[in-house]
Parts: sequence; structure tokens; C-alpha cells
Amino acid sequence: MLAPADVAHSLQERVKSAAAARAPLVIRAGGTKDFFGNRADVTHEVLDPRAYCGLLDYEPTELAITACSGTPLAEIEAALEKHNQMLAFEPPCFGPAATLGGVVASGLAGPRRMSSGAVRDFVLGATLLDGRGNVLTFGGKVMKNVAGYDVSRALAGSLGTLGIILNVSLKVVPRPAAEQTLQFALAESEAIQRTNAWAGQPLPVSATAWVDGVLSVRVSGSNAGVRAACAKLGGDPISPAAEFWDQLREQTHAFFTSTDAATVWRLSVPPTTPPLDLGATLIEWRGGQRWICSTAPAAEIRGRAEAAGGHATAFRNANGIEVFHPLSPALEQIHRRLKDEFDPAGLFNPGRMFAGL
Amino acid sequence: MNAPLPSPQVPRLLADRIPLDGTGAVDAVRQREVVAALKIFLPEHCVLWREEDTRPYECDGLTMYRQLPMIVALPETEEQVARIARTCFEMLVPIVPRGAGTGLSGGALPHGQGVLLSLAKFNRILKIDPLACTAVVQPGVRNLAISDAVAHLGLYYAPDPSSQIACTIGGNIAENSGGVHCLKYGLTLHNVLRVRGVTVDGQIIEVGSEAFDSPGLDLLALVVGSEGMLLITTEATVKLLPKPLFQQVVMASFDDVGKGGDAVAAVIAAGIIPGGMEMMDKAATAAVEPFVKAGYDLDAATILLVESDGTLEEVAEEIAQIESVLAAHGATRLETSQSDLERQRFWAGRKAAFPAVGRVSPDYYCMDGTIPRKRVGEVLKAIGVMESKYGLRCANVFHAGDGNLHPLIMFDSNDADSAMRAEQFGFEILELSIAVGGTVTGEHGVGVEKIHQMCQQFDSATLESFFAVKRAFDPVGLLNPGKAIPTLTRCAEYGKMHVKGGQLAFPDLPRF
Repeated sequence: MLAPADVAHSLQERVKSAAAARAPLVIRAGGTKDFFGNRADVTHEVLDPRAYCGLLDYEPTELAITACSGTPLAEIEAALEKHNQMLAFEPPCFGPAATLGGVVASGLAGPRRMSSGAVRDFVLGATLLDGRGNVLTFGGKVMKNVAGYDVSRALAGSLGTLGIILNVSLKVVPRPAAEQTLQFALAESEAIQRTNAWAGQPLPVSATAWVDGVLSVRVSGSNAGVRAACAKLGGDPISPAAEFWDQLREQTHAFFTSTDAATVWRLSVPPTTPPLDLGATLIEWRGGQRWICSTAPAAEIRGRAEAAGGHATAFRNANGIEVFHPLSPALEQIHRRLKDEFDPAGLFNPGRMFAGL
Repeated sequence: MNAPLPSPQVPRLLADRIPLDGTGAVDAVRQREVVAALKIFLPEHCVLWREEDTRPYECDGLTMYRQLPMIVALPETEEQVARIARTCFEMLVPIVPRGAGTGLSGGALPHGQGVLLSLAKFNRILKIDPLACTAVVQPGVRNLAISDAVAHLGLYYAPDPSSQIACTIGGNIAENSGGVHCLKYGLTLHNVLRVRGVTVDGQIIEVGSEAFDSPGLDLLALVVGSEGMLLITTEATVKLLPKPLFQQVVMASFDDVGKGGDAVAAVIAAGIIPGGMEMMDKAATAAVEPFVKAGYDLDAATILLVESDGTLEEVAEEIAQIESVLAAHGATRLETSQSDLERQRFWAGRKAAFPAVGRVSPDYYCMDGTIPRKRVGEVLKAIGVMESKYGLRCANVFHAGDGNLHPLIMFDSNDADSAMRAEQFGFEILELSIAVGGTVTGEHGVGVEKIHQMCQQFDSATLESFFAVKRAFDPVGLLNPGKAIPTLTRCAEYGKMHVKGGQLAFPDLPRF
């Protein structure tokens, strides 16, 4: 196996020759998130960064892990588990081949995101291979760092459009000593109301989900804290509950698997937004993430999301719909300029996020 | 959202015509021209240009750097901010945004040919949403004013920089400010959901959102901490958190700074994320104790304050764990606050550390490196060696939880040699921070102060990519020019200036 530095060097050479030929590259590791984003042009060459793998630095007492982007997510999670730590944002794998680079590039987070934060909140630093073949180093391995623009955090959710992510440093957290899941039979509006009200109280709620008239609430923390919170919240404890939250995180829950051909929309709206009545709905993150299966026209869905102060993504079965919510002209201009600066030849994942980007 | 103005076709090299170095005398002809252009839409009292009116703006919290601005503008509406930006854009006038001016790195140092744009009049809290746990605020709202305004709801705004009584949220966004509770509750970037602002050419944009995320690239991540170089903030939505019901703090003494550092690591290894974890060395406790009478152990080489917060049950469980970890790691004395009054007394000294040092020394120079926690013992010992080398005392306070070290170098600004040594001492600490795998600034920003050390922390390709980000937002380079990111030319010059032995070749030259 080649050392990471040698792999990085060969990736660098590959990018330089692609730039010279102006031949676009589709960055694809395990392919577990192929469904996410606009379709790649099949004539473009695929660049698989998985040879660039391995843990580079993990010091549990520094609460930070640094690894090569091609490292399997499973390997990272196993290393953390040995020290009773975890990635706080519970990234979905969507398959065993998921890599760290894909986790960061997709920016997707699981149930715990509502309480702990998103991928970007835990990125401490990254190195990036840009479209000129330069390796750039952003951020670092320490918790607090305001030297230079925070480009490493902006790589979270960038879908590879700015370059090939090489190394990533993430903040990690201790696993909670105790977790308990409680269920309540509640209507949608009541569930939204109640989960938001809890967020303003000192309760260790780490995840919420409402589907089929049932609200599930996970509390996580110290033994004493979880016991006290359960007593305060009421509801019916369910056990074991880990499988349920995994099904949400990995979208293996029946809600996601029995949709036929309807588009699974992801609406990201202010969490207090009232029910949207757009079709079958699964709600996470208090009310901030709403999964809606619908055949309604994209313009209608997007209009409703926008009116609520949010945006809508055609997450699965986009059926030819533009996947991401269009940007305002002023923001689009900044996106284009950033793309032109980091990837002047337009090599990386063209069109995956937006046409022409 | 506004329709975009016609895209400015700015030749890339135009930026080079904007003087990055904003020093020098004000050009009276240019001043008259720009004042006249601003007065077309700004009332008389919103434009200051006479020296007696602009003098108070000549520096921010880093008083060793001063520069008179050409003009000070004090707009009252977002529309006025947009028109100021548009006017300056058309006339190629640099803009330096300013909040309360409490910054410690010279980020709001005026530009001698530019407009200092004060957002002091944007001081209203526009909306509080207790259910969503958010507040919409103008940039000139003071950090602490947000928590005060929502206290009756049992909520607060988490980041608490030590200047929180005076500093504003706009400045916090510019600097990505921290405080003593960052490890558990995050920095400004974790607690600001949305920023609305004016671009260099006067367009109004919003980055982030009141939802959990927004489409496209995470521009909010770039804007927070950008030191006013990408966007002029006119409004923000911040996250509010429920106030912990209960807090308790353990104070531990150690006879060796290394042991204190090991104890910090042991607390983390035990799976505890304390609400706050702060360390003070002997020089710091000696400076504060006569001042606040916190009851610190003055014989200890270092003391550690570890706070637990949460419900009564959570705190009781965590405090017991913290006490046993600290005892097992060589604490020579342990004391746990038994009342809120006592807890505040333990903290009083830490919070008063800066003014207390100011009391025992005519001046002090506060540094802001972040280091991996495990290196703290060795770094503090190295700083001890530097004290003898430079002949100056240094007290150290340390956000131990997140590795952010604030050495307070004591000097006398009336003694040019002492000031010079203080600066060199500070630079050596910053360079050491980089060498041990840290960063030159954890929460105060680069500004003008640490711009040379940026040349050491980042390679030229990365520095150039920072300019690329800058160009994407500000193609002409008018927003706060010359701050935070050094040009490669400047790095080269610095390389030449950096003479061995800690002495610069031309000590009388202003260095920014």
C-alpha cells in the first residue's frame, strides 16, 4: 500500500493533467451517495480517492481526530468507540463503503444534529487539492482557531465542487453515559409545538422524530440526567431504541423504502413551521427537517418551503427535478466566483450542485 | 431579496490600486469629495470628518496601533449602509466596519484614505422567538444585552467573550468570538444562524438561515470570523439556549503546571465536557488575589477551575466525577463551591484577570494562541524562559478546555525598549504556538497585529486562496483592506526583517 503522501502526489498529478486537458472529474469513493445531487455526466472520468486512506492522528484527550478522506467511516467510528467517543452529528453511511471524504462533502447529518450541530460545526481543519493541483491547508486540529477564513468548514456540504478533500480534522465528543427513548401518540402540529417547547428548557433531548402519529424523543446524557428528564417528560419508554434511530439515520425506515417512485423531498425549514400538508411526512430535528413524499410540482414544494423561510431538496427519486433549491442571483454570483477561484477549469463534479457550477 | 446590481466588471488587478497600507495623513481634497458624496443621502450628524470628531475612532482595543480615518460614517438604516457601500465602491474608497471597538487585534484600525463605518446605531433587538429559541438582532447590540433581554424566558446567548458588557454581536461575528464556555457551547459560529449584510457593491444578501441549513455552499462559515473583509453585517439571527438550572465549580491546586495540564486531559478522558475549564498560573493568581480576594491558593504553581452545569442531578453526578479525577491526578488542594455566591467568588478572579494585571503593570499585551491541550505544560515552561530572555513578567490565563492560551505580558509603554521587548516576546509565543501544532489566534482575530505570523502559519498557496475567497465577495478589495491576510510581498519583506536574536533591523519603522 502506498503512503498517503505518495497517493496525494499522484492525485495532484492527475488533477494537473486533467486541468491541462480541461477534462472534468467525477469524485467518487464508495458511491454510497450517488443518489444525492444532480446526476453526473457519464462521459466524465471518475476519480476514486479511496487509496488516500488511514488515520493520521487521534488523541482522545484532545477531542480531535485527523484522517485521510478515503478512510472508511466505519473505521473512524470503530476507533472512536474504543475510547468511548463518537462523531456528534451521527453521519449517515448509506452503505458500508462510506468514506470520511463523502461524509464531509455531502454535509449530511443524522438525528443528533438538532442538539449537537452539523458536520460543519465539528470540522476543525482540512487540506484541499484545488483545481490547479495545489494542496491548501485550512484550520487546524485545535478547538479555537480564527486565523484565516474558515474554508475547512465551508467544505462541509460542498459536494466536491471546490476540490478534492484530502485530510480532515474533526472534533469528537464523549458518548453519553445513558440514553432513553420515549414515545408519545401526538398529532403533527402538537408534536412540533412540544418538541420546540422542550428545546427552550434545560432537558437533554438529543433527537426527535414524528411519523405516523407517534413522536419519538431520545434523551442522552449522564445517568442521573436521563433519569430526571424521563420523569419530567413522561411518555412510553421503548427499548431497544437504537435500531429505530439507525433506521432514520440510514433511511432504512419504512417511510423511506416504501415510496415507490414519488420524490422524497427534504424540507429544511425553521423548526417551528406549522404542518405543511404536502404529503406523507416524517419530521426530525424538532421540526427543522421534514421528509415529504410527494408528486406535487417542484415549484409548489419549493414555494412552500421558501415561504416558511427554508428550502427544499429533491433528496431521492428526483425524477429529473433540479435537486437543490435555486440561489438568489447575488448568492449565485458569489458561488460562481468561488468556483472560478478554486477550480478555474471547472474540473470537479460539474453540475452536481448547480448547473454551471 | 434585492435584484442584483449590474455585475461589476472589475479587472482583477484593480485591487492592487487600493492601498492596503492605510497609514498616513488624510488627503483633504479627497476627503471633501467623499464627504460631499455621502452627504447626498446621509444626514449631517451621520458624517464625521473634522479631526476632533474622528480622533476617538483612531484605534480599537489594541491601542498600540493608531490611525486617523479620513471619514467616520454613522448610518442609521440598512439602506444608508448600502448606499455608503455603493458610493465607496464607485469612488474606490476603502471601508472599515466597526462595532464597539473592543477588538484586541486591530481589526477595526481605520484606513487613512477610507471610511470608518460605525454600526453603533444599529442597537436594537428586532425579534425574540422563545419557541424557536432565536433572536434577531442588529449588529450594534451588545453581547450581554441579548442574554439580559431573554433572561426572563430562561434563555441566554452562549458565547461570552470577556468584553461581553461592551462588545457587540457584529464584532463577535467578525472575529468569531469565544469566551470561557466554548468547549461545551461553541463559538460564535456555532451560535449564529443567519447573517444579513451589505456587500462591497451595496447589494443586500443573507447567508445562513433560520432553518438548520441553507442551499449551496456554507457561505456563513466564511463570513463568521472574516474580520469585516467579506460583508458588512446589518442583522443577525442568533441561537438562544436554555439557561442551565444549576452550576457548581471545583477549584484545584497543582504544584506543577504540567500536572495541571495532565489533569485537564484526564477530565476529558473521563468523558466529561465541563461547562468551563480555566487555568491560571501563579503570576496570574498573585495579580488577582489582592484585587478580588477570591481565596486562591497562592502557593500553587497553577490553579484549575472546572465548572459543571445542568440539572441538579446531572451536576451532582459530574462534580463527584471531576473531584475524583482531579484528586487522582495530583491536585494538592480541592475546593467545591457550596453556594452560588461562592461559585461567583471562585470565578471573580478569573474574570478580573485582565484588569488585575493592568493594575500591577502600567501596560500589558494580551496574546491569544491556541495549542493542543497536552502541550500546555511545556509551553508555559517555555514562556517562563522567555520572561528571563526579554526581562518582562508574564501572567498566564488559559481556556484549558479548548487550549486557548492568553499570556499577559507586562510592560511599560512609556519605555520604548520595554514595549519593543513585549512585542518580540508576544511574537515568540505566537511562533511557539504554531510550532506545537496550534494557531496564532484562537478568538481575538489576526487584524493588523498577527498578520506577519500568518506567513508562518500558512503556505503561500493557502494565503493566495484566502485572497481568492476575498475576491469572490469583494473583487475590488475595498472592505477592510490590509487586514488578516498578508500579501506574499509582505511575507517576503517580513522574512527579510526577521533578524536573528529577536531584534528587528529598523525598530522605528511602523510595522503592521
